[in-house]
Amino acid sequence: MKKKNNSLLNRLFMALVFVFLYAPIVLLIVFSFNAGNSNTVWKGFSLDWYAKLLHNRLIMQSVYTTLLVSLLATVIATVAGTFAAIGFYAMRRKLRDPLMTINNIPMMNADIVTGVSLCLFFVAFFGLWGDFASWFNGMQHLVRLPTRLTMGFGTLLIAHICFNIPYVILSVGPKLRQMDKNLVDAAMDLGCTWMQAFRKVILPEIKPGIVSGALTAFTMSIDDFVISYFTAGSSASTLAMTIYGMTKKRVTPEINAISTLLFVTVLVLLAIVNIREARQERRRSAELHRV
Amino acid sequence: MKKTLALVLAMMMAATMLLTGCGSSGEERVVNVCSWGEYIDEDLIYQFEEETGIKVNYQTAESNEALYSLLKTGAGDYDVIVPSDYMIGRLIAEDMLAELNYDNIPNYAKIGDQYKGLSFDPDNKYTVPYTWGTLGIIYNTTMVDAPITSWDAMFDEKYAGQVLMIRNSRDALAAALLNLGYDINTTDEAQIREAYQLLSGAKNAGVYQAFVMDEVFQKMEGGNAAIAMYYAGDYLTMLENNPDLAYVVPEEGSNWFVDAMCVLKDAQHKTEAEEWINFIAGTDACLANMDYIWYASPNTEALEQYPAYYQETYGEALDMGLYEIMAAPQEVRDRCALYENLPAETLTLYNDLWTELGI
Amino acid sequence: MKNKLSHFAIPYVIWMALFVVVPIIMVVLYAFSAAGGGFTLANFARMGTYAVVFLRSFKLALIATAVCLLIGYPVSYMMSKEGPQFQRLAMVLIMLPMWMNFLLRTYSWMSILENNGLLNQLFQKIGLIALYNQVFGTDLQYFRLINTQGAVVLGMVYNYLPFMILPIYSVIIKLDRSLIEAARDLGANTFNVFRRVILPLSLPGVLSGITMVFVPSVSTFAISKMLGGGTEMMLGDLIEQQFLGGAYNPQLGAAISLVMMVIVVVCMWVMNRFGEGEEQAVMM
Repeated sequence: MKKKNNSLLNRLFMALVFVFLYAPIVLLIVFSFNAGNSNTVWKGFSLDWYAKLLHNRLIMQSVYTTLLVSLLATVIATVAGTFAAIGFYAMRRKLRDPLMTINNIPMMNADIVTGVSLCLFFVAFFGLWGDFASWFNGMQHLVRLPTRLTMGFGTLLIAHICFNIPYVILSVGPKLRQMDKNLVDAAMDLGCTWMQAFRKVILPEIKPGIVSGALTAFTMSIDDFVISYFTAGSSASTLAMTIYGMTKKRVTPEINAISTLLFVTVLVLLAIVNIREARQERRRSAELHRV
Repeated sequence: MKKTLALVLAMMMAATMLLTGCGSSGEERVVNVCSWGEYIDEDLIYQFEEETGIKVNYQTAESNEALYSLLKTGAGDYDVIVPSDYMIGRLIAEDMLAELNYDNIPNYAKIGDQYKGLSFDPDNKYTVPYTWGTLGIIYNTTMVDAPITSWDAMFDEKYAGQVLMIRNSRDALAAALLNLGYDINTTDEAQIREAYQLLSGAKNAGVYQAFVMDEVFQKMEGGNAAIAMYYAGDYLTMLENNPDLAYVVPEEGSNWFVDAMCVLKDAQHKTEAEEWINFIAGTDACLANMDYIWYASPNTEALEQYPAYYQETYGEALDMGLYEIMAAPQEVRDRCALYENLPAETLTLYNDLWTELGI
Repeated sequence: MKNKLSHFAIPYVIWMALFVVVPIIMVVLYAFSAAGGGFTLANFARMGTYAVVFLRSFKLALIATAVCLLIGYPVSYMMSKEGPQFQRLAMVLIMLPMWMNFLLRTYSWMSILENNGLLNQLFQKIGLIALYNQVFGTDLQYFRLINTQGAVVLGMVYNYLPFMILPIYSVIIKLDRSLIEAARDLGANTFNVFRRVILPLSLPGVLSGITMVFVPSVSTFAISKMLGGGTEMMLGDLIEQQFLGGAYNPQLGAAISLVMMVIVVVCMWVMNRFGEGEEQAVMM
């Protein structure tokens, strides 16, 4: 069946939504070139903020931490969340419903409560660990366990995974429910192993859900400030934390500049990937025609 | 199934490694500083690292209260923090600060006497002042008929819809208390309630366009509001973008604040912390900072040298009017008072009233 | 086979027990304890005072969710009908604006909506404000856009719209086309095809989208402060204030958060019941 294309009116509506989504971003990019230090008053074009940005170790370091923690958390949360979603989907309703409710808790809870409760949890755990480690070190002299753990990148990562997984499950879940329940059974009957059934049958079906889950998780990670703030300790700091830290004084256009750079990088990457795929597709279809 | 198990195990191992990996490694000299964003000339950090070989982990928090919450929960294992006066009083009262060894901080001698022995640290045991300044009214001269001199402007229906109130219970109620002629550190419930009535009456009459913190920059610079209350140093930043703005410390008096460096009781790097504090309290560092953040320094040498430093750096004379806004002269400071740490029941009253205002 | 696949969830269940259940038990303990320790119900006794804030937050979150659905569903549907070139990009293009920091995005919205902001300047230039004044006999200098509940809803819609579009879109692109064809062959018109086939089949995505928009909207903070003028508190602000206000009352904050969660759970439960009923009705 040939798909019907969108009418002009529909396209206009879509364009409007994109304008709505991108208008503030354009404005933000414009002000990264401001000669003044304001987000509202235009004082002429300059690249000063970009130059300053390159010398600003605090911002650059926090960008690095942000990317690292967001990417790691996204990958781990996507894998774990996908498996968990498949598991949930295969469960009886009586078991699934309460588990889904627990799954939603990090999403429902106010960020600050999640942050504080995780922080309390880590502090309590470190306390117990300290007791255990000193007892263990006292018992023997072969292995020395560190007695004093502090919060840092590890706890930050755990916290991010924690609030990311629910979003992945919520994105993958609908695709699983949409999937024909007999497909897996059929594959098994035809002699697939569990892993094969998963790789060859389930995965292709739910891929769009996984992609949207990963994107959502990455977005949540990049934007989170409150939970990071309570779990990052004193040595790691994400970009969002640095930006919020500025609000006691003012947020400088350096932040606009780094955001613009990130934005452009992503756009360029997207364009490259897209052009490549389009080329591959054309080559493939050309080969098909030749055959 | 086995693979899944293996994966889980591997993940758990990795998590444990990450967790244990971040225990203090010992060898490298480090100092963990928590301050406010845009509150230091960053070159000072690099300079300090170069001179001493101590690595500075510089983090920022958004407010005194956020910092307090962080410390209370146990999240921040900082060495040096830079809270404001009333919060220092609270931290001392709750036994969270360490006494400093001033022998390691020779630059403390350069701090002016008027910034020592203040109510939050009467015996000079815990703090080295970092900056100070005043709270006042910022207004747009093109949007008001006459120069503003009184806190009355913050509650006057004449400017309905044009006033930005500060989104912070202590400062907002202080404005009302001052307008009523009361002390900003009062614990008298009747007085505080009266101040609250003034505030909520003005709110219900539509005087306030919004309650703001950092949004004040955008709104005042863009000419979206006529009157706001904020800090002197930030006024100077706004002035760069909107020359129509003026600043006044109202005649009824106001709050003047001191932010000071302190070391936390359970700090792991006390020696490094004191080295950092000494470096920052030095005249050169104070000059650089003052130039960068426009908040006055308590280092008397730096304060005196600043006009000359400005002339040298920018090749033009410093406008002494602006200098006096940044570093308020004695007669202005005489009518201002520091915030003191309030007793728990008064803080709860503040909180309850503030919530009521938002309901 | 069902039971074996369900083993996939075991690691996550363990994870949840550790990092979700234990911390939430701490929150519950907090909510029931007094500032100095000891059991108390006092934190919950105060909830009546905050009823207005609860109502306001749920109302605005509901409106925002409805708007997101009204915009998001058609957009996902239209996106699924575009060419493969666009579709490959679509998901990232929808999400990309959200990778700019929240504060910066909101500052931008402030500049757009201010009394003296870009929109009002535009209206001034094209004479809309003068026209309005003439027609209604008013004397407006600007339209009041910012510092209104409308602006808060706009902020929520802006920040959560992608979370509505993505799950719906990911379900719609893989709809079984033969079902649609069959419905058409059996004489259903476009509206009926949509109402009876496409909508019910995309329902799981819609439910996920609603959850992902509504749930975080309820507890959002900062949006109301920055776009709403901060004169009317929302639940997120109220909870935040207990932790970051001068009084530092985490027990009360935990209690408010707990009550909020219970209400949200009930809402979700009702919605899912209703949703699954619909879905099953179609499958029959």
